[in-house]
Amino acid sequence: MKNDIDIDITLPSHTRYLRMIGRIGEKVAQEIDCPEDIRKTLSSQLAVVLTEGLVNAIEHANSSDPDKEIHVRINASKEKLVVRIYDNGVGFDLNAVPTPSFTSCGLEEKGRGIFILRSLMDTVKYTRSDGGNVLEMKKKLA
Amino acid sequence: MDIKTEHTEGITVLFIREDRLDANNSEELKAEFHRLFESGTKDLVIDLKEIHFIDSSGLGVLVSGYKSASTQHGSLKLSNLQSQVKSMFELTRLHRVFDIFTTVDDALQSYR
Repeated sequence: MKNDIDIDITLPSHTRYLRMIGRIGEKVAQEIDCPEDIRKTLSSQLAVVLTEGLVNAIEHANSSDPDKEIHVRINASKEKLVVRIYDNGVGFDLNAVPTPSFTSCGLEEKGRGIFILRSLMDTVKYTRSDGGNVLEMKKKLA
Repeated sequence: MDIKTEHTEGITVLFIREDRLDANNSEELKAEFHRLFESGTKDLVIDLKEIHFIDSSGLGVLVSGYKSASTQHGSLKLSNLQSQVKSMFELTRLHRVFDIFTTVDDALQSYR
């Protein structure tokens, strides 16, 4: 029996939904067929990945326009985790986001979101899709 | 944002009474920092005991407070980091930038 989970959510482009999506991510990760300690870490990480991906869509891609929508797709299996976040805004240049400073010299308030995504997921891609954009992040689990 | 403020030995202690510090509420903390620094505060301890989730926006606002305190020739220190928050600080290497303490008392002690 296949134990893949595939969740598709559409929501308004607003940060008030971050808590909800984070919780959904935690619950999905808790159902993945893997050792408990890995599941616990994955649960926490997926909540962060979803939050950071959503904030990028809300603030940068959709320019904080609450009339825009965001579509989130989570696919989880024993082998891999795939998160896709679709926005219908102007988008942003993923490759133009620099690595943040790690010392108190040149310390910036912003710019850690993409770094966090790249640290927690194996691949992070941002491409045009159907009149909008998709942030696709994958992580191999087994 | 629910924040309890105490003043001890010239240090302002902010107890953040929320379970998340994220893009949805971090601007409110930033506004509070701005208000405090404008009114002459220079040394702060931020107690994060109740924060169980932080994102890059939350980290960013703490960085902004850290920088503002430095500008005032003071400092901003942190206490009671929970596990997810600790992980995020380590992931972004901010644990090497901030002075982080187990308790508020330890943080206050460091000013003496």
